[in-house]
Amino acid sequence: MTFNFLGNPLTLTLLVLSVAGVGYFLARRRAMARAGGDARVLHSLPNYYGMTAAMFAAVPALGVMVIWLLAQPMLIQNAVVPLLPAAATETAGTTSLVLSDVNRVAGGLTLAIEQGVLDAPAIAALRDDPSTLRATLAGVGVALGSEVEPYVLAAAETTRGLEARWGLVRGLVVVALGLAGLALAVRAADPAFRARNVVERGMMALLIAAASLAILTTLGIVLSMLFETINFFSLHPWQDFFLGGNWAPNFRGNSELSILPLLWGTLYISIIALMVAVPVGLFAAIYLSEYASPQLRSAAKPLLEILAGIPTIVYGLFALITVGPFLVSVFGAGGLLSAEGLRDGDALMSGATAVITAGLVMGIMLIPFVSSLSDDIINAVPQSLRDGSYGLGATPSETIRNVVLPAALPGIVGAILLAASRAIGETMIVVLGAGAIARISGNPFEAMTTITTRIVSQLTGDTDFASQETLVAFALGLTLFVLTLGLNVVALYIVRKYREQYE
Amino acid sequence: MRDNTQTPEAQVAQKSKISATGVQVHYGDTHAIKDVNVEIEDKTVTAFIGPSGCGKSTFLRCINRMNDTIDICRVQGKILLDGEDIYDPKVDPVQLRAKVGMVFQKPNPFPKSIYDNVAYGPRIHGLARNKAELDEIVERALRRGAIWDEVKDRLAAPGTGLSGGQQQRLCIARAVATEPEVLLMDEPCSALDPIATAQVEELIDELRQNYSVVIVTHSMQQAARVSQRTAFFHLGNLVEFGDTDKIFTTPEDPRTESYITGRIG
Ligand SMILES: Nc1ncnc2c1ncn2[C@@H]1O[C@H](COP(=O)(O)OP(=O)(O)OP(=O)(O)O)[C@@H](O)[C@H]1O
Ligand SMILES: [Mg+2]
Repeated sequence: MTFNFLGNPLTLTLLVLSVAGVGYFLARRRAMARAGGDARVLHSLPNYYGMTAAMFAAVPALGVMVIWLLAQPMLIQNAVVPLLPAAATETAGTTSLVLSDVNRVAGGLTLAIEQGVLDAPAIAALRDDPSTLRATLAGVGVALGSEVEPYVLAAAETTRGLEARWGLVRGLVVVALGLAGLALAVRAADPAFRARNVVERGMMALLIAAASLAILTTLGIVLSMLFETINFFSLHPWQDFFLGGNWAPNFRGNSELSILPLLWGTLYISIIALMVAVPVGLFAAIYLSEYASPQLRSAAKPLLEILAGIPTIVYGLFALITVGPFLVSVFGAGGLLSAEGLRDGDALMSGATAVITAGLVMGIMLIPFVSSLSDDIINAVPQSLRDGSYGLGATPSETIRNVVLPAALPGIVGAILLAASRAIGETMIVVLGAGAIARISGNPFEAMTTITTRIVSQLTGDTDFASQETLVAFALGLTLFVLTLGLNVVALYIVRKYREQYE
Repeated sequence: MRDNTQTPEAQVAQKSKISATGVQVHYGDTHAIKDVNVEIEDKTVTAFIGPSGCGKSTFLRCINRMNDTIDICRVQGKILLDGEDIYDPKVDPVQLRAKVGMVFQKPNPFPKSIYDNVAYGPRIHGLARNKAELDEIVERALRRGAIWDEVKDRLAAPGTGLSGGQQQRLCIARAVATEPEVLLMDEPCSALDPIATAQVEELIDELRQNYSVVIVTHSMQQAARVSQRTAFFHLGNLVEFGDTDKIFTTPEDPRTESYITGRIG
């Protein structure tokens, strides 16, 4: 078939784009011609007529193509499933396995034909006994898990046939749409046509699409977690989850799955981290923005930002091999501050993994985050306010305390809450630094664990997505999401409220 | 403590409060003030006039070292306050600014209550022994700033919520609350209606009994009304400096004359 190239989405896209390009010039020329060559007669600049035509040609066509590409595999699958023997479609699991085999074979056949290894008659010859097909396909780089059954080959061929047919139809529809859009817009190119407003609306639609995509994904994430969470609560009493005191997952059943010990660990570690990060980060920001010379500032600020970009796993290693052992050497047996005498010979700290280790390192991780945000906020306080204070004979530190910080406070609170939600969501440092024991205890030298690390451990390894031990991860995730969302909302609220008051 | 600057000898001598010699100011490569010499007398109002951008604000900011806060600004020359070089490394600019107060060209109230705005300086310098005294200082300053009647019922409201002209008067009140010996006012009446302007001019006249006041203004009438001495700046140069009467009646320099009569500026 000569129109085969229409089935390829990439060529199709290029084709549509070139149609749009042609439309651009046609519409522009037509508008100019209708205006008698005088651009001032046109409602909009000539380019806007071109852009309108390009937009009309490309957007509906490409939009239909994308939707079609998403929908077609599902439709083809529905057409193929009835062809499979009843044994293969007994459960949802086996059906999906067979279907993925079918798709691989179909893809392999296409590849083999492209490379000239097979042709249509050769495939037809294989129909009754496709035992050599596995080796042939392996030759073109498609590895199959098992011998190809005849019904798989048949289904694969049906799939290929449908794909080719529908691909062609798709191509024709898309090109037709593109041409129709082009014709419409070029016909409309007339001095009175408000092309500029149309382009403006097109831009707005584009921006709205981007914004809604972001919101829709968030919604999708929440919904998917919500469904799994509902599944979980149908298996596990919510009272235990929210009010129980123990975290003891047991894959043989009888698990105690309470969020409280994990929540406690999360908050404890986060609070220690904030106690480290907030003062240090804030003071660093104040120094940088108010005292440091411009040269120092311009050198130190990017450095801090680099620090903020270090992957958290690296901080985790730092906790594991440096901070933890150091703390043990201070607070552990034989250490300077081990308090052994006070506690019947027991040292304060027995292992390197502890709340304090993770908290300290997480605090270090958050310092650049806090300081860089606060620095921006402090710098946004107008110089005229500082001048006013200096002009009354205040010292720099009085000025900062009485004028700059109060004016910057809402922003700084916002920054701290953002840091808090990062701390709550942090995983790697906790995995390596805090240990894996879920407990509620006030002792910062003990190992504890957090929500995020438990989510990871519940979902790694052999998992059965129907057991409560696995599904609990989604309930934990949703709780975490609600928690950080709440923090962010509060942060935004505070920032907004005070911004209104001060400006 | 503030009273010892008004010793009888000083009053008799009418000696100069501020004496600037050979002042040059650069902003990076811009030469904003070129070799300016000025004597500002005690208990006198000195007006700085001149076209926009000629360096009036810049020179004013030299007198209380506010230019220190601008990184690219360099000040050369000598400025003596009561015979002491204010650019001497030994001099604490913070102390200096407590003595030489300033009202800025743009009103800059702090994002605090009206009361706290005015009480800011007195609190920092410990001028009040108790709340009642502070209340008194605040009220007196607001009255002198000609804004008391408008704000007396909402002292706790934010100063930033006032109108532009009210903010300007609040800033004047804030500056006089610390009882500076010298008050530098950069176009203090630019946003005021005639009534408020008259009240501020009254305040300037009152301040003159004890302090010296330097006022930048674009209004010739205002300069003539409130000042005893006038300095005319042009393109960074001090063109003419002398008694206000003389400058406005028989200016020596043709540039001064054309500015006053409205031909340049
Ligand atoms: N912060 C600054 N950085 C760089 N240049 C400055 C700065 N402030 C003032 N200048 C320059 O110094 C010159 C004098 O400015 P200045 O503000 O002293 O003028 P002015 O006489 O007060 O004018 P106006 O009457 O408009 O207030 C101007 O050329 C201005 O561009
Ligand atoms: Mg000025």
